[in-house]
Amino acid sequence: MIALIALVVGVVVGFALEPTVPTGLQAYLPIAVVAALDAVTGGVRAWLRKEFNDKQFVISFVSNVLVAALMVYLGDKLGVGAQLSTGVVVVLGMRIFANVAAIRQTLFKA
Amino acid sequence: MADHQEPNDAGTDPAASPQQPESPERPDQSPTEDSAEPRAGTDDPRADEPRDDAAGEAGRDELPPVRWWTHRLPRRSAALIGVLVALLGFALAVQVNSNDSDQALAGARQEDLVRILDTLDSRKERLQQEIASLNSQRQQISSTEQGRAEALKEARQRADDLGILAGTLPAEGPGLSVVFSGGKDGVGASVLLDAVEELRGAGAEAMQVEGSSGGAVRIVASTAFVDGSGRAVLVDGNRLSAPLTLSVIGDGSTMQAALNIPGGVVDTVRQAGGRVSVRQPSVVQVSVTRSAPAARYARPVS
Repeated sequence: MIALIALVVGVVVGFALEPTVPTGLQAYLPIAVVAALDAVTGGVRAWLRKEFNDKQFVISFVSNVLVAALMVYLGDKLGVGAQLSTGVVVVLGMRIFANVAAIRQTLFKA
Repeated sequence: MADHQEPNDAGTDPAASPQQPESPERPDQSPTEDSAEPRAGTDDPRADEPRDDAAGEAGRDELPPVRWWTHRLPRRSAALIGVLVALLGFALAVQVNSNDSDQALAGARQEDLVRILDTLDSRKERLQQEIASLNSQRQQISSTEQGRAEALKEARQRADDLGILAGTLPAEGPGLSVVFSGGKDGVGASVLLDAVEELRGAGAEAMQVEGSSGGAVRIVASTAFVDGSGRAVLVDGNRLSAPLTLSVIGDGSTMQAALNIPGGVVDTVRQAGGRVSVRQPSVVQVSVTRSAPAARYARPVS
């Protein structure tokens, strides 16, 4: 519940303030968002199965974001930034899909 | 992992309520959960997905109805999670916002920018080619138009010139008016012809001859002068009697000089007892016209 409210608050604040993304961060922000979405869907899935662990959620959230950003950074340094970030998005997207499928199975038993 | 954990879960829940009635779902359970859950955690869904599903189906049957809304967390973790998720929402909104705006270019990667630049460059080139071709087309059209107008003007001018030359158009301009009053022989055709030749040589452009009777005749290239009976001259079949008035358009002084040279027309007529008076009015009218004969045999070569 808190998480849902926090999400809404974050979105509202983000839209209300309309901050500009620093140029240096603009390549990382979308990847970080996708990574965080993966962590959050994983957390919801665990929550629904009563497997949720706050510490693990926090750590996976942060590490997901950091690793994703690191990969993009590394890709940029290696000159394959576009391809690597595409790869990261694909992998994270698959994970999000898997998580959502698990959530769906838990909630609707289908 | 899941089958390892779910019996555990199923075991703790019923066990907790009888043993510790005051704290059914409290953080003091978390040590056991902590140790069990990381292995079945959120981090590797792909690895345990098939087994998870199978275990989930099996476990749900044994478990009491899912009561996820009663799941409680320590306040600090909840706050932390809240902050993280809020951060996610914030970043999401910011990203969506910045993607909406034009600033997307500012953070684009170098290769993307290069690609975009390439695309724009080639597009610009295409458009420039189009501009050039359209420009040349326009130029062509306007030059054609201009050329047509020019040609039309020239043709008109030429038609005017030819009309004056052929005697189909009336003309006026500076020139001379020469009156021949015959002596006892009158004015012969040869004198008139000499005068006409002399005037042509001096640059006469249009001529007509008028007798005191018989009207006026335009003098053109094919005009014939024949001595007629009774001191008259037949000009193109028109019988003109003296005195004859020759109206000439051209450079007056030159023509006057040409007529007055010793042994010239004026001299000849005077020796024959006639009189010639040359006037130079400001405007000479050559008003008589004749129709140009259509060429029956000659065709232009082009």
